[in-house]
Amino acid sequence: MAAPKKGRRSSGGQSRPGRALALIAIALVALTGGMFLSGHTTPRLGIDLAGGTSITLSAKEQPGQKNAINPTNMNTAVGIIERRVNGLGVSEAEVQTQGDRNIIVNIPRGTNEKQAREQVGTTAQLYFRPVLTIAPGTPAPKPKPSESPAGKAGDKGKAGSGEKATGTDKPSDGPSASAPAPSSTTQGRAVTDALKADASKSPQAAPSKAAPSGSARPTGSPAPSGAATPAPQPTPGANIPPELKKKLDALNCADPKARAEAGLGVKPSEPTVACDEQGKAKYALGPAGVSGTDVDDAKAAFDQQSGAGWIVTLDFNSKGADKFADVTGKLAAQQPPNNQFAIVLDNEVVSAPSVSSAITGGNAQISGSFTQQSASDLANVLSYGALPLTFTESNVTTVSPALGGEQLHAGLVAGALGLALVVLYLVIYYRGLSLIAILSLLVSAAMTYTIMTLLGPAIGFALNLPAVCGAIVAIGITADSFIVYFERIRDEIREGRSLRPAVERGWPRARRTILVADFVSFLAAAVLFIATVGKVQGFAFTLGLTTLLDVVVVFLFTKPLMTILAKRKFFSSGHPWSGLDPTRLGARPPLRGRRRPAAPTDPKEA
Amino acid sequence: MSRLGTLGARLYRGEVGYDFVGKRKIWYGISILITITAIVGLAVRGLNMGIEFSGGAVFTTPKASVSVGQAEQFAERASGHAALVQELGNGGLRIQISEVDTAKSDQIKQKLSQDLDIPASQINADLVGPSWGEQIANKAWLGLGIFMLLVVIYLAIAFEWRMALAALIALIHDLTITVGIYSLVGFEVTVGTVIGLLTILGYSLYDTVVVFDGLKEASRGITKQARRTYSEVANRSLNGTLVRSINTTVVALLPVAALLFIGGGFLGAGMLNDISLSLFVGLAAGAYSSIFIATPLVADLKERQPQMKALAKRVRAKRASAAAKGETDGAEQQDREDGEYEENGTSVVRPRYQPPARNRGRGGPSGGRR
Repeated sequence: MAAPKKGRRSSGGQSRPGRALALIAIALVALTGGMFLSGHTTPRLGIDLAGGTSITLSAKEQPGQKNAINPTNMNTAVGIIERRVNGLGVSEAEVQTQGDRNIIVNIPRGTNEKQAREQVGTTAQLYFRPVLTIAPGTPAPKPKPSESPAGKAGDKGKAGSGEKATGTDKPSDGPSASAPAPSSTTQGRAVTDALKADASKSPQAAPSKAAPSGSARPTGSPAPSGAATPAPQPTPGANIPPELKKKLDALNCADPKARAEAGLGVKPSEPTVACDEQGKAKYALGPAGVSGTDVDDAKAAFDQQSGAGWIVTLDFNSKGADKFADVTGKLAAQQPPNNQFAIVLDNEVVSAPSVSSAITGGNAQISGSFTQQSASDLANVLSYGALPLTFTESNVTTVSPALGGEQLHAGLVAGALGLALVVLYLVIYYRGLSLIAILSLLVSAAMTYTIMTLLGPAIGFALNLPAVCGAIVAIGITADSFIVYFERIRDEIREGRSLRPAVERGWPRARRTILVADFVSFLAAAVLFIATVGKVQGFAFTLGLTTLLDVVVVFLFTKPLMTILAKRKFFSSGHPWSGLDPTRLGARPPLRGRRRPAAPTDPKEA
Repeated sequence: MSRLGTLGARLYRGEVGYDFVGKRKIWYGISILITITAIVGLAVRGLNMGIEFSGGAVFTTPKASVSVGQAEQFAERASGHAALVQELGNGGLRIQISEVDTAKSDQIKQKLSQDLDIPASQINADLVGPSWGEQIANKAWLGLGIFMLLVVIYLAIAFEWRMALAALIALIHDLTITVGIYSLVGFEVTVGTVIGLLTILGYSLYDTVVVFDGLKEASRGITKQARRTYSEVANRSLNGTLVRSINTTVVALLPVAALLFIGGGFLGAGMLNDISLSLFVGLAAGAYSSIFIATPLVADLKERQPQMKALAKRVRAKRASAAAKGETDGAEQQDREDGEYEENGTSVVRPRYQPPARNRGRGGPSGGRR
């Protein structure tokens, strides 16, 4: 008899029905109180019921990149996507991983869904572009409020002005030999390992000489003369073509829309214009020298040796190292601001460090007035380019509030109808006994509702349509537990017992059946929840939750209530409407000898 | 209802009953026939996989002023692909366009919004990339595999391997029937269908487990008597839990039926409808299989055990000797049981108040008679 938890509470439930009822009453009051205290009196609704847009992005490994889909990479990607979505001013958008390879972006109704989708849907593009010129963000130098809701962007922008990139030592060595990160065979591994190792070896730039030559050189980035272009320079890539200048002049970085559209559709090999994150400065940028996919690894580190404070270290792959050396070599020979390269993520200049010498060897570090936060933000951005992942839109669901409300309404009506049908059936079949079943169902429903409501703020549970379905289907499972018990009691009565012994004798057997059956049902829900994605999960979650609650309610409510009511005359006397009438049940009490005559016709064996 | 109640009592006592186990060959035959039909249907017709599996877009609009045919034309013009338009219960339209790239769908939505004269914000779109359905399906297969493995292990521990095997066969049987019905009727398979199918797993087993639990209890100490073979005990226990099985199924089907009614009648189509349809079909199959397939299978497997063979032999021998004594042929097992009951009833005063004593009284003499 390997039924789970067999024998548990074998006597407690029977001897002290009041205590169990008090326990469940306390639990209910606590849950309800918690619900009101938390300020959420209705469950958080999913996109399909509340309206909005839900986007599921599936990660794909780039060719040759095994193991690239791992929690570290996925979390980095979530961080980047969150940054982009929230950069739009979309409030309450949530970005989370689902399963091992999906990212769900839920954008509530009322926001600019189209723009949000475009932002989320496109693959992030990170490029290193030489800076051709820098201008204040707005054509007219009027002060404007910061558009970016991200508070952290403030210091970052400031930091950007004084940043510079330097090479680490041993420039002549091969790129992999000089890499401070563990030598890598695959990019994905390297990212993971390096990010994990980050905490333990934070002063990671220790061996670097921190490029003494150019470390004190200021860059001329903040606000050079209005829209004026620096004198044309002979070096290639530094002169600004007239149409680019026109674009730059027209660009108004104070307008988020203009910012988002600046440089849209520009190929990496073409020059472009871009704003910085806060829209304070705008840049004319040359063709991309190095792309983000050439970055092997990037991380924030604290440089104690040279006193540079927080820095960001960058490792390029061999192809990237060559290109980067080439680009920085050209840049180093130029005057400010043309000796800067801009790190451009999605057409936004994240950082524009200056270069004082060619950085060869595939390792670089960016120093400046970083805080820990801004350094790791920048490192994250840079490693996103290093993520050997591409994302495709697997599923985009847009639900208008009207349809969401309609679906919610339909779900509720279906639930109410289902509950009513079950109650009706129970009343017809079990009569008085159904009172216990109905009360138990109500307790179960109340607990499910409060727990769902509380789980909203607690773990971000959102009630969606499949979850509603799961709850409705669970009515059957819950009601079945009562049926198992009632049938047991009736069987005992049919054997000729009076009600109170029948209630107690029937319980251990019913309990075992209920536990075994609920265990199987819970197992199904748990496996579904763990092994599946998307809408299936919401369904599995409510099914599992209600199965658990079913056990709680049967043990702590139905059984004790049955014990108490068995003492009432209405039930114990077997009132015709109690559902426990021995005659109706066909019990053969000793006083009923009427059937005896039938027996002699049967074969006797004694 | 009182009639149902007494029917329950008579079933419980074994006064009436259907010989599920004895007539198992018929039911096996029927099930094999259904399964073959389902497999043939699946092979010939295949499944009508929804947009979620092939990739494409589904647009749902509020009440529109155009006809279904017009909307179809608009949709095909806007997308350049075949479109399927249904009218929903609330007057809205459901427009399915296959093979549409997720990136292109926004343009289609804009065009549709102009053509149908409905603001774009009121048009619901569900866009699915071609690999998404595959991912869901793969995950579902994985979940199915893990679940079956765990359940077999659990049932083998909680009951025994024979019951685990029978439950697994019954489960596969339910899934095959459900999938077969989907393929034959041509219902669309969506994510909701998959959810429903996976839920059937739990529910079908839930039912089977309850039946097995009764069987396990009834067959305890079975080798210590010579009255009934395992099959007969199984059959009696099955009849005893029949009322509960019926009740369970009815109670499970009622909410699902409500979902189906509301989902189908109110919303026309969608998640509610899909889940409840596959649940409805699967639950019905599950109730059938746990009664007609799972328990007879267990009985079949058990009868192969040496102890059970020996028991069956003893039972036969006893019946033969009883028949030789000039009694009526003991083939009418139900009557015999009833007879025993009555017989004990006459010999022991008020036996029903002490069932353990009654059982002992029953087991004792039979042991002696062996």
